[in-house]
Amino acid sequence: MAHFSSFVAAAMLAVVFSATVPTTVVAAESLVVYSARNEQLIKPVFDAYTRETGVEVKFTTGDAAVLIERLAAEGRNSPADLLMTVDAGELWNAAQRGLLQPVRSGTLERNVPAHLRDPEERWFGLSMRARTIFYSPQRVDAKTLSTYEALAQPAWKGRLCLRTSKKVYNQSLVAMMIAQDGEAKTEQVVRGWVANLATDVFPNDTAMLEAIAAGQCDVGIANTYYFGRIAKERADFPVKLFWANQASGGAHVNVSGAGVTTHSRRIAAATRFLEWLSGPKAQAHFAAVNMEYPVNPAAAVDPLVQSWGRFEPSLINVAEAGRLQPAAVRLMDRAGYR
Amino acid sequence: MTPVARRSWAAAVLAVLALPALLPLLSAAAAWTVPAGEVWAHQLRHVLPRVAVNTALLLFIVGGATAVLGTVLAWLVAANEFPGRRMFAWALLLPLAVPAYVLAVVFAGALDFAGPVQGWLRESVHAGIRLPPIRSLGGAALVLTLCLYPYVYLLARVAFESAGARPLEVAQTLGLEPGAALRRALLPLARPAVAAGVALVCMETLADFGVVAALNVDTFTTAIYRAWYGMYSVTAALQMAALLGLVAILGVWLERRARSARGYAAQRPAGELPRRRLRGGEALAATAFAGSVLAVAFVLPAAQLVAWAWRYAATDLDARYWAFAGRSVALAASGAIVVVVAALLHGYALRGERRAWANGLGRIATTGYAIPGTVLAVGLFAPLAAFNGWLQDRLDALFGSAAPQIFLQGTLLAMLVAYLARFLAVGAGPVESGLERIHRHLDEAAGLLGARGFTRLRRLHLPLLRGSLFAAAILVFVDLMKELPITLMTRPFGFETLAVRVFEMAAEGEWQRAALPSVLIVAVGVIPVVLLSRRIAHVA
Repeated sequence: MAHFSSFVAAAMLAVVFSATVPTTVVAAESLVVYSARNEQLIKPVFDAYTRETGVEVKFTTGDAAVLIERLAAEGRNSPADLLMTVDAGELWNAAQRGLLQPVRSGTLERNVPAHLRDPEERWFGLSMRARTIFYSPQRVDAKTLSTYEALAQPAWKGRLCLRTSKKVYNQSLVAMMIAQDGEAKTEQVVRGWVANLATDVFPNDTAMLEAIAAGQCDVGIANTYYFGRIAKERADFPVKLFWANQASGGAHVNVSGAGVTTHSRRIAAATRFLEWLSGPKAQAHFAAVNMEYPVNPAAAVDPLVQSWGRFEPSLINVAEAGRLQPAAVRLMDRAGYR
Repeated sequence: MTPVARRSWAAAVLAVLALPALLPLLSAAAAWTVPAGEVWAHQLRHVLPRVAVNTALLLFIVGGATAVLGTVLAWLVAANEFPGRRMFAWALLLPLAVPAYVLAVVFAGALDFAGPVQGWLRESVHAGIRLPPIRSLGGAALVLTLCLYPYVYLLARVAFESAGARPLEVAQTLGLEPGAALRRALLPLARPAVAAGVALVCMETLADFGVVAALNVDTFTTAIYRAWYGMYSVTAALQMAALLGLVAILGVWLERRARSARGYAAQRPAGELPRRRLRGGEALAATAFAGSVLAVAFVLPAAQLVAWAWRYAATDLDARYWAFAGRSVALAASGAIVVVVAALLHGYALRGERRAWANGLGRIATTGYAIPGTVLAVGLFAPLAAFNGWLQDRLDALFGSAAPQIFLQGTLLAMLVAYLARFLAVGAGPVESGLERIHRHLDEAAGLLGARGFTRLRRLHLPLLRGSLFAAAILVFVDLMKELPITLMTRPFGFETLAVRVFEMAAEGEWQRAALPSVLIVAVGVIPVVLLSRRIAHVA
């Protein structure tokens, strides 16, 4: 018991001590990133930057919505220099709330295509995430596939699988459909999807793809890298990729991207880091760790990703996904898409 | 201590303890001053009717099922002798160590159409065979019940075991059958403990996001996240969280009212609760029942997790995991100490407290457990960051550019305050039900013998409360091992724990890779559960 008490006392002391010494000044040669992109996807790239330039990159991870509240709460005392998310909508939201500042950089303008960055230059896409149609080659003739919208036709009744509308990827898909087709038509399409569902919506893309493979449904919509992860492990996975809307506006893409925070005290260093991230070498690395597409057309693409073929992405600015997201969520609620 | 001094001491303690939970509740209540009418009109029409029904159903089913399952198992283990009883006594607590969201993912993976169970049924039995869908309200209720019944089981077992021999002896003297003896002599004594356990279960069910999200049930909590993450309306999210807080306060108040109508204090326990030896079919049924609960809630899911973890261990398991585990344990242990000490103060301050406002403060202090973790973290973070900013401005004014940069909101102190806001209920439940079983006459007798204040606590209450305090410590420790949103938001840079690791993997849908840190959470959580559970057996 005596040992236990002294252990307890030591633990308490350690806690109190570490608590009263706040994490203080970050050295001049370092940057702080609040990232909704996971540790395993960013650390290798950040480490490469540190090796190349000597600049240390500190980061903390979390849900984008939480990191944004954190930035807002900390205001001008925030230690963060950059905010990184895996969805353009969140970047749009952060910019809207005044948490990001415009960055003028010829390098970024050259490296990042115009539709994948903020028109006001407050954030920049760093990798492209394509969301497209997947099908069972045994039960579906690829010739019968065309667009997301066509999946609402009665021919697919009882054959469609979808992920939950709670996931931001579906919210931005529907938002971009609103941008292209208008709200009334999009609502009809979403109602058609719901009527065609083979089973209740899935909590994630992987489970949805597995359901197509198992024969619970024939066709569905997912991000390509989820498919890539399975295909890498199981070459015989009985599901194929189909590029949607190639003749009508292009396949839906979203970005993982970043912007410099309004209260950053190291704007120049943060901008240099963004520019480095948009360069061909970092781009190839940044995208390949998760089998995504680089935004910089000069960057190399992962071989497996390349095997899916070239595709036309939608050229509507991804900022629209943020602006129209609340409307998309309400539309999906009305249409009964859970 | 004079009565007046005691009363102001109690009020001060309650006020300080209520502050961490009150701050986020006030932030949430303040959100009502900002109009979010457009979002609300939509929510009322398309969202709230459905989620209100789902939330109520879930609460009702999970609350009822855990009450029955937890009490029956506790009675089996405490008042009967059957093969495996000693092992079941601690093993039935093991599901506590498994994070609920992880159990949900395991269940969904195993029992869905594409999973191994249904696949086998289709191939070997009949191609048209289907199980009831696991992604459903029923599935979520099942998973939550299996994760949460140990709260009721643990508290009820402590209550049964500390009841002593006398109630049953009296029942036998009166000629009651064993069943009637349980109902009329033992159950009433265990009622405060069962009620405290079910209250915890209900609060956790209200706040749950992981299980309902993984199994596709729309509840109040998912509606909060949808308004916040989907419609960018923090205001509407906080407003709904404030409503959730109100529901929790109402629930706690109702439970109090129902309980205070009767006195539950027992005499000092005399002798050990005698165990009835079950024979033949009865014994077999008891073993089979406890065994199947343990298998479904822990053994099979754990085996699945280990199988997944094994696949990634070669690439993912490295020396850093020692540090992750070390930090998890250190955080959970310091958090458990802080919360249990606070719970003891809380229970003491409330004991004999008659002023309504002071009682109200005491209740508010425990409502943080019903608020979704992320909302609570944000609600607490904002005032903390504001305070830090104010302090920084003062420092800047004093020292100019030489002023040190402070960052209170990203320290362990902030973390511990937030843990207290969220988990005080978990510590307070067992402590309070333990205090209730100590008859007030004992206090008075001790007072007559000159033992007051701290002496009375040390010499009279602590020995009697030891079982309850250990129970509180286990529950809080294990809860903290699994805790995610607060740790994620307030951790210092680079401070990774096992739960943070689970988040990193799960956020991009790599659930099977998340099995490795999950298994370690379970493994580390199991050790104290087993050790402390044995200790309860000795001291109860």
